[in-house]
Amino acid sequence: MRETLTRLRYRYWPDHLLGEILSKRWTETAIPVILLLIIGFALSRSLEHFLSPASLADTARQAGEIGFIGLGMALVVIVGGIDLSVGSIFALTDFCALYLLDVLNWPVPAVVVVTMIVGGLLGAVNGVLIGYLRLRAFITTLITLIIYRSAYELLIQRYSNAIASAFPDIPSWDFIGGGSVFGIPSVALVYIVIAIFGHVFLTRLRPGWHITAIGGSRRSAYNSGIPVRRTIALCYVASGVLTSIGALFFAARLGTVGGDIGVGLEVIVLTATVLGGITLGGGKGSVVKSMVGVLIVLLVTNGLTAMNARGGVNRMALATILLAAAMVDIRWQKNRTRIISKVYVAPTYHALPPPPPTEIGSGGPFEQNDRLRDVSLIGLGRIEAPEDVILDRNDVLYAGSRHGDIIRFFPPDYERMEVFAHIGGQPLGMAFDKQDNLYVCIGGMGLYRITPDGTVEKATDETNRSLYSVNDDSRLRLADDLDITDDGLIFFSEATVRYEMDEWPVDGLEARGNGRIICYDTKTGATHTALRGLKFPNGVAVASDGQSILFAETFGCSIKRYWFAGPKKGDVEIVMDNLPGYPDNINLASDGNYWLALVGMRSPSLDLAWKMPGFRKRMAKRVPVDEWLFPNINTGCVVKFNEQGKILESFWDLKGLNHPMITSMREHRGYLYLGGIANNRIGRFKLDNADPDFVQYDKRWGKPS
Amino acid sequence: MKRVRVSQQEIVFAVFAALFLTFSVFLNGFLSADNMLTLLQNVAVLGILGLAMAIVVIGRGIDLSLIAALAVPAGLVLQMVQNGHSLPASLLAAGLLAIAVGLVNGWLIAYAEVPPLFATLATGLFVAGLGQAALFQLDVVQWSDGMAGFERLGQGSILGIPTSIVMFAIACVVVFVLLRQTRWGAYIYAIGDNPFAARVTGIPSRPIIVLQYVLAALIGCFAGLVLAASVNSMPTRIFNSTLIYDVILVVVLGGIGLSGGRGGVVNVIIGTLLIGTMLNGMTILNIPYAGQNLIKGLVLLIAVVTDTLLNPRNEETAQQGDI
Repeated sequence: MRETLTRLRYRYWPDHLLGEILSKRWTETAIPVILLLIIGFALSRSLEHFLSPASLADTARQAGEIGFIGLGMALVVIVGGIDLSVGSIFALTDFCALYLLDVLNWPVPAVVVVTMIVGGLLGAVNGVLIGYLRLRAFITTLITLIIYRSAYELLIQRYSNAIASAFPDIPSWDFIGGGSVFGIPSVALVYIVIAIFGHVFLTRLRPGWHITAIGGSRRSAYNSGIPVRRTIALCYVASGVLTSIGALFFAARLGTVGGDIGVGLEVIVLTATVLGGITLGGGKGSVVKSMVGVLIVLLVTNGLTAMNARGGVNRMALATILLAAAMVDIRWQKNRTRIISKVYVAPTYHALPPPPPTEIGSGGPFEQNDRLRDVSLIGLGRIEAPEDVILDRNDVLYAGSRHGDIIRFFPPDYERMEVFAHIGGQPLGMAFDKQDNLYVCIGGMGLYRITPDGTVEKATDETNRSLYSVNDDSRLRLADDLDITDDGLIFFSEATVRYEMDEWPVDGLEARGNGRIICYDTKTGATHTALRGLKFPNGVAVASDGQSILFAETFGCSIKRYWFAGPKKGDVEIVMDNLPGYPDNINLASDGNYWLALVGMRSPSLDLAWKMPGFRKRMAKRVPVDEWLFPNINTGCVVKFNEQGKILESFWDLKGLNHPMITSMREHRGYLYLGGIANNRIGRFKLDNADPDFVQYDKRWGKPS
Repeated sequence: MKRVRVSQQEIVFAVFAALFLTFSVFLNGFLSADNMLTLLQNVAVLGILGLAMAIVVIGRGIDLSLIAALAVPAGLVLQMVQNGHSLPASLLAAGLLAIAVGLVNGWLIAYAEVPPLFATLATGLFVAGLGQAALFQLDVVQWSDGMAGFERLGQGSILGIPTSIVMFAIACVVVFVLLRQTRWGAYIYAIGDNPFAARVTGIPSRPIIVLQYVLAALIGCFAGLVLAASVNSMPTRIFNSTLIYDVILVVVLGGIGLSGGRGGVVNVIIGTLLIGTMLNGMTILNIPYAGQNLIKGLVLLIAVVTDTLLNPRNEETAQQGDI
């Protein structure tokens, strides 16, 4: 009963999604957005006219004005600085616009352009000081704040009466201040346009990347040749220009030059910036974050004002929000990777019956023997990690290596070796096609093709993305083994979509169906996912009917058969299950049966742990990685089976000295060649009663050998 | 040729000396004893606040809530006495409030690891809002009869020296002893110099950081009481002024680098003298308040730029997030 409940719970509850969602970059934006929605909802319930068009338009106008300043601040914070002078620049440019319009009676376009230039120049002062002279941003903008503010106060002493007494009646100026298109205020429209540009700029354009790079690591940016000083200076100029745009709309809307304009604005904008999730110190941030932050701050302050709260309450609320946001942001940035690594591993329920016996004297097809004792060794100490081996009709032996090479050894003694091709990733399964091209699955890269003259070509490295996946599973993470059908379809396994190649034991710990079988069509070059939800699919071999493939599920401890054509197309059948070990590569034998490598044998402890997902989850959370349970890969064997799922014979190496681990085997002219991903050698073993002329892919393609 | 290295402290002192000399020569009445005392009296509160800020800045922090800590507890004393509480009880309440502000600041910075800039910005806002919303009835809290005698903290003179200057001097001595003669002071310098090294050396860096902010808040509260006593009221709107920027200027101009671990009481005195001389000279010259601020800002800017030109920051050693 309890067992059934556990099984159902882990069958249907998507534990793995939490870690995948948290590891997405957009969660950092999602949290402020959710906060904004909550606040908006609360305000719409408690304030009568909150959602009325007039109120919304009013909010949009204010949000637009502060939003421009927020964008400037976001830019400066992302580049690793801070701009405290925005409030004073706002006041000065507001004055500038009104002075030009009301006192000098300039035309509106000239006013707009000159005001923006003034804003840019005021920002440029900061920019030159901070970017080129490398002053500290905080103290510098603090000083310019005082200077600009005093200048503003001196100016309004002289001109405030002239400005206050003027009532300009210019339609275009009024449109800037109060106009709207289809009910959307002019300021909001301009803001949206600039925000969209800003988003594209930050995420898609080179200068935007430079800004993020400088904020992320100023030193590295400098060393990689980014014009650090100029970029920083330009960010402050941009901040000044954006602030002046906000001030233009403000000036057009209210037309006043009061003494307290822009006072404390830097605190509001800074709060908005931090609240939106733009990290202080630089390197992280986006336009959306800035926008959401501004909206939250504005809604809160406006909401409190509408509820007739005293001025002090407003301040307290702002302070509390700023603190809470900063604390959450800092905790999250500090612990993000730790939290994700704790919740990412999501073990599931995986029950296997007791394994068939393997002990000597137990009878059974898996009974241990010492038939592999006489394996002779090829390339001892000269090759590392030959996961798979293959031979061509000239008896040349090809094997992958950990260094990303395909190495080949030459007959008759296999002493002479050379690098056949360099690929760059760990080669796993290999197969020859009809034209003698060598297809190789490369862990972390995809499916590659090596022509007989050694040229490396990419066959495919992505497939269609599944509809409901959170992790982008279109890119191939761990292509593992392959075989080629008569029609030129290549079926290959991808062991897991949730982990990288070096993390394969963690996938075993999870025991979730994370793997898939993918089909690549050599004729059209198209790739599609044939089967998904498999427990670490590994070896693949085309079955004798030419309409189906046999594939091994390593942590499912089973061999299955999948029909890709014919009357049973799409069916999956179990050929063998409850194997005593973890099956790896499958290859054709000369007598029409199949060779299968068991990379390691099951252990009672992991079998038991697989039935206890809660236990494994606690282990993943509390125990360091190097002390986790690990699937046994120290002892394995080679077995021969037929398509009916019967084990015919098994080959063991009892001492494990000569050839410690086996991930693949290839029969060739009466010999069995053995590969192992943790080995520094290739094994060669004389088979009795084997076809002395058998060359696997020549027989497949019907060529004489 | 060996490059001449001039520290910011020396530059500021040179600027101060130049200003002082210029004013002495060209301004009538500047160099009189009376004017000197006025000069000092005007900047005594600023100087006390500078000491509070210095403690925090030496420990690689910054305290923007200092003005709130100056205005609100002192205002609370006046308000409570006005409402009929006894003076000692009111002083106790104010002290507790100041300690609470310091503890919150310290906890946020040391334990929650919020950057000091933002932690103190927010707590300052919060405390000011608290005063505005819950504690004070008017923006300017008036002196009441229960406060009789307390005004001597800021008015009158001791041995011919105005009391506020004496208070500044006392504060200087206390802070000097704390920073230079006690273990805590040494810890503050160590943390400011290299927080990580201080931590692995076994210095209880988190409690010491909390201590810094508590001390700063208490000194701020003291400055508030001196201010209130000297003007016989507590103008709580002082929080809206640019006073906090003046305090930072005193500290930075005096030569206490914002990166911590450097400087001491002497630097605060130099900084205060420079600001005081400038303000005094400009007042005699009858320059309006805004103009004074403008000039102050420009002088500061020149000082900071000169410092950077003489001691440029290295792209390789500049710290990340060092704003």
